[in-house]
Amino acid sequence: MSTGNAVGGEPPLYRPPVSLTWWLRNPSYLLFVLRELSCVFIAWFVVYLLMLVYAVSSGRAAYQEFLDLSANPLVVILNVIALAFVVLHAVTWFGLAPKAMVLRLGALRVPPTVILAAHYGAWLVVSAIVAWVILR
Amino acid sequence: MTTKRSPEPFVWLLFSSGGMVTALLVPVLLFLFGVAFPLGLLPAPDHAYLASVVSHPITLLVLFGLCVLALFHWAHRFRYTLYDGLQLKKYSVPITIFCYGGAVVGSIIAAIVLLRAL
Amino acid sequence: MPETITMEVWRYRPEHESEPTWDAYDVPLRKEWAVLDGLNHIKDQLDGTLSYRWSCRMGICGSCGMTVNGEPKLSCSTFLTDYAPGPVRVEPMRNFPVIRDLVVEMGDFMAKLPAVKPWLVSDDEPDEDTEYLQTPVEMDDYKRYSMCINCMLCYSACPVYALDPDFIGPAAIALAQRYNLDSRDAGAEDRRDVLASAEGVWACTFVGECSVVCPKDVDPAGAIQRYKLTAASKAVKDLLLPRGAR
Repeated sequence: MSTGNAVGGEPPLYRPPVSLTWWLRNPSYLLFVLRELSCVFIAWFVVYLLMLVYAVSSGRAAYQEFLDLSANPLVVILNVIALAFVVLHAVTWFGLAPKAMVLRLGALRVPPTVILAAHYGAWLVVSAIVAWVILR
Repeated sequence: MTTKRSPEPFVWLLFSSGGMVTALLVPVLLFLFGVAFPLGLLPAPDHAYLASVVSHPITLLVLFGLCVLALFHWAHRFRYTLYDGLQLKKYSVPITIFCYGGAVVGSIIAAIVLLRAL
Repeated sequence: MPETITMEVWRYRPEHESEPTWDAYDVPLRKEWAVLDGLNHIKDQLDGTLSYRWSCRMGICGSCGMTVNGEPKLSCSTFLTDYAPGPVRVEPMRNFPVIRDLVVEMGDFMAKLPAVKPWLVSDDEPDEDTEYLQTPVEMDDYKRYSMCINCMLCYSACPVYALDPDFIGPAAIALAQRYNLDSRDAGAEDRRDVLASAEGVWACTFVGECSVVCPKDVDPAGAIQRYKLTAASKAVKDLLLPRGAR
């Protein structure tokens, strides 16, 4: 076995630099950074939602203006990208939830797959309720 | 190594609740209003109906909760994205003020816009 | 199968060079040879100046962590044939200062580890004859975290540790949880000051690579995430409840 310790006097240590693009080195680092960037699109969604509410509460003409704006190709492209990021957020979020939550029924630990399935079930139910309220 | 207790658990709780609420609600809302209605995949609801939904106190309460938690979710995540992704931790004070301050200001704006719809 | 494979080995000899270099060696490619066997061949037959750590050759001692083709690996359980036709690039573990060649300085972890008190803390001094009884269900709570061999692959995979060396890090937090979740332990409150600090679990942004690279399936990322929930609910209780009722 070699340890590389020099006899007498400490030789200098080499400290590898951390590059600014460390997250490009490995696909899972890239996915991590994309997941974190989803928050920017969530902030955009809040802005978009408040624009919608403002338009609806301002009257029929303002609502029509909002619908026209939302059909602008640039806005559609932005929203399609935002939707992709938001879905990435939801999928990764539900994927991580079983790691933080440890539930017990008596002495038995609820399996992580059950917790995961419960999150997807809740996602489905909430989405269905929202869609039903809006589309009724 | 610091051993001081930090305010992190409280901002983390806001971040986590925001993460859960946005994961549940935002995909369907953004799909409907951002993609399906603009592209004509589904007919957009007419104004009278949507106005009655939006002005309902329960809708406004849900939307207010969603906006506030989503903004704090953004604030927390964006702060760490700037720290790690762009290695800006040395500017942590202005970044923290910008992120959480932005979430507070955004929440106030959300409250004004939503109260107007009541 | 070709008879040899090229190993490109990262070299740093502080008495010769201030910047690291690469040396390439051709070693026999045998199906039972791990990267560590290749390095031993180089050391014994080709270049005795190469420095690296190893001991058990069976994934138990945690000495031979290295970066193999960019990924944190135990070199004793990473096989050369998986990289054929090569070359195989062997670097020291990332995120640590390098002493020489593939040998890294782990003093930082050694200093942090005792801060989380990775041993059983008990309130009172038990009799010498006392047995600590524990059911299999209770043992299941922490067993996974007790498998850690301190190989440091999780630190090597952690970008947060790279960017913020004050972060206590994956293995130390998983080891703290190994004792926190042990029914015989009473030290959770002692560990909390360190674990629930800004440099403890809150520094983690859940990249999750620590759990991916762990050769013992310890899941430090899960341990950290779980402690975040514990620490947050404790903090809320501290805020809401009077001191006596906690």
